[in-house]
Amino acid sequence: MPEAVSDIEEPAVALLDGGGGRPPDPGFGDDGGAGSWRPAGTPQSTYTTGMLVALGGISMFFMALVSASVVHRGMPGSDWVPLHPPSILWVTSALAVASSLTLVRARRMFKAGAESGFSRWWMATAVLGVCFLSGQLLAWRQLVSAGVYLASNPSVGFFYVFTAAHGLHLLGGVIALLWIGWRQSHGWRKSPGISPGTATAVAALYWHFVTGLWLFLFSFFLIGG
Amino acid sequence: MSAHGHTVHVPEAPTGFIRKYVFSTDHKVIGIQYFFLALTSVVVGMLLSVLMRFHLLWPGAKVPFLQGGVMTQAQYLSLVTMHGTMMVFFVLTTAPQAGFGNYFLPIQIGAPDMAFPHLNMLSFWVTFLAFLSLIAAFFVPDGAPISGWTAYTPLSGIGQASGPGEGWGQTMWIVSISLFCLASLLGALNFIATLIDMRAPGMSLMRMPLTCWGWFVTAVLTLLAFGVLLAGGILLFLDRTAGTSFFLPAGLVFTDQLQPHSGGSPLLWQHLFWFFGHPEVYIAILPGMGVASHVLSTFCRKPIFGYKAMVIAMNAIGFLGFVVWGHHMFVSGMSPYSAFAFSVMTMAIGVPSAIKTFNWLGTLWGSKIHFDVPMLFALGFVSLFVSGGLSGLFLAQPAVDNLLHATYYVVAHFHLVMGVASIFGMFAATYFWFPKMFGRMMNPTLGKIHFWFTFVGAYCIFMPMHFLGLSGGIRRYADYTAISYLQPLRPLTMFMTYAAFVTVTAQLIFLFNLFWSLKKGEVAGKNPWNATTLEWITTSPPPHDNFGGQFPSVYRGPYEFNVPGAREDFIPQNLEPSQVAMGAQS
Repeated sequence: MPEAVSDIEEPAVALLDGGGGRPPDPGFGDDGGAGSWRPAGTPQSTYTTGMLVALGGISMFFMALVSASVVHRGMPGSDWVPLHPPSILWVTSALAVASSLTLVRARRMFKAGAESGFSRWWMATAVLGVCFLSGQLLAWRQLVSAGVYLASNPSVGFFYVFTAAHGLHLLGGVIALLWIGWRQSHGWRKSPGISPGTATAVAALYWHFVTGLWLFLFSFFLIGG
Repeated sequence: MSAHGHTVHVPEAPTGFIRKYVFSTDHKVIGIQYFFLALTSVVVGMLLSVLMRFHLLWPGAKVPFLQGGVMTQAQYLSLVTMHGTMMVFFVLTTAPQAGFGNYFLPIQIGAPDMAFPHLNMLSFWVTFLAFLSLIAAFFVPDGAPISGWTAYTPLSGIGQASGPGEGWGQTMWIVSISLFCLASLLGALNFIATLIDMRAPGMSLMRMPLTCWGWFVTAVLTLLAFGVLLAGGILLFLDRTAGTSFFLPAGLVFTDQLQPHSGGSPLLWQHLFWFFGHPEVYIAILPGMGVASHVLSTFCRKPIFGYKAMVIAMNAIGFLGFVVWGHHMFVSGMSPYSAFAFSVMTMAIGVPSAIKTFNWLGTLWGSKIHFDVPMLFALGFVSLFVSGGLSGLFLAQPAVDNLLHATYYVVAHFHLVMGVASIFGMFAATYFWFPKMFGRMMNPTLGKIHFWFTFVGAYCIFMPMHFLGLSGGIRRYADYTAISYLQPLRPLTMFMTYAAFVTVTAQLIFLFNLFWSLKKGEVAGKNPWNATTLEWITTSPPPHDNFGGQFPSVYRGPYEFNVPGAREDFIPQNLEPSQVAMGAQS
């Protein structure tokens, strides 16, 4: 029996009272009283912190690729031929934006305690994610049909690398969405572990980042190819 | 217990062998796994260096287990590559941060474990896979790669045609390093999240031990640098396997074959590599700086001089480490204006480095130094950091670097400042924390013998190497017998080689001491060094949750030694102000 959605939105901040460098309250003792105690497992807010840190690392990875492509394009002797991105990428970009919007809707449903609405919008996001990935594969197929391969030109090589790396990150997001959806319908483990509220928040953070990253990369292709 | 804590019910420790010692999520077990992985790697790396030194003196001599009997030039270069890779990644990156950091960061901030224990376990096993992949490069057709630990393109990007080891061996190298990058990124994420969110009540950032600051800044550098190397590694892999030309220009001819690439830039690889590679130097040394500071304060029985300045200097070193990568590429034909900018930024690193050095000396000044083994190695660290760092100021000048770049001067510089100094930091950490990790003391007499052999030995190897470099001794050559102007320096080379043999042999003392002390060492109490930080308030070794459910609160900074009015000459961080006059043991 799944838990009611409204019961599982944990106040992550309260769990943090025990940690993080504030001067200890001299009043509390071994009973853990006076509002200062330590969770047995990972504090809920730490999942958000971890995700923010991970996004920093992922950003550096993509910035390295973007910088490499900018340098490659501008260096003397470069045989860079600008690539016109396949038109289907406009559709996949719209799908990415739509998936972020459905996710926002799902989160609102979650906060309102509307379980069936949450599940519907949450899974819609995952489906849109799968559609996005299918669209990216179609874009590759279009290029291959036109005889444009990975090694045809550095601009194409970078295009394939960008889309593959982004697609893998988005695939990870789809898996996370499906896992949370499955947990939501089959019940969550008791603590210690991530709470449903934190899980949805962290997954949403990641998903919006991946959407934003795609819009950035698509703009980059359009501007410089 | 005189200090206040709070009770928490934590999960039971795993009991089965596999969950407890192999696929463990306990940060202490994972720290020890990293430690022994690094120990294995350093033994392999040292043996490779012995073979190299042997070959440099006697290039025609037979090596018993080597294919073909006599070492070829390609085999020599493969040793250079594998020695560098093994030491930089699997020793200098692994032991100080992933090993000791994993074990002690949570305990020193009063946490029960890392923020993400399963991710932590995954980090270790991916690192282990990376290690196996690198070792496998020895056993593939044509053996290990010859392109150096920097894997410069185009040599590393072509494949089999560019020479022995550049086929499967180089591919295994790239797979290994890419896996290592992934594992390091996961580890860095864990370190940062743990330190930000899981500090004990009262453990403000400015009450953290300097070791924690070292691990934190290192984790940030790791997070920002390894993603860049991973990106470069993927592009290099595609150049080798998919026919792309990210790093490969047109017109390359290897072994009489025109290569089917065009438009790529070998310099692009250098930029990506060194954008990672220079922060990597600080990834190796910053944890050692933290350990040296920590140990100096403890064995001087004196607060660290200028704690805040030390923290700022560490952060400044971390920041500046990201804007100086071009000084590795002065000879690449870069614009003199770029070279000037990189030169100025490089010399600027001397400022926070000098702050740290003067603060270490300030800590020593007027103190009653306890010359225990950890202290000897911490002093050795300071000495080697200064000796190795000074030559960096000369190399920061493009005009000087153009002359010295391809010589042994550079080899001597980075071995002293990055290699040996970091290793001394690790030795200090090992002798200092061994009692906490294993509940027994290491033998101090053997430790002191080990120190003197290693300290004197390191200088005997690397100080003459500077002169060899200044005299035009070119690095990476496998055989110098045909270079007439270097023949008068042969006695110097012999001296360095014999010093290397003696120094390497002296490490057997350390290995014996380590394994002997695991079983036979004197039993250590909770706090054998009368130290102040939180790892010393728990049992040796600590329980599964580090504090037996009694989690500490923190009331003071990490280095309160010889405080007037206190009963003892040290005040643990968790001692309440009202208890200070009664002392830690009351």
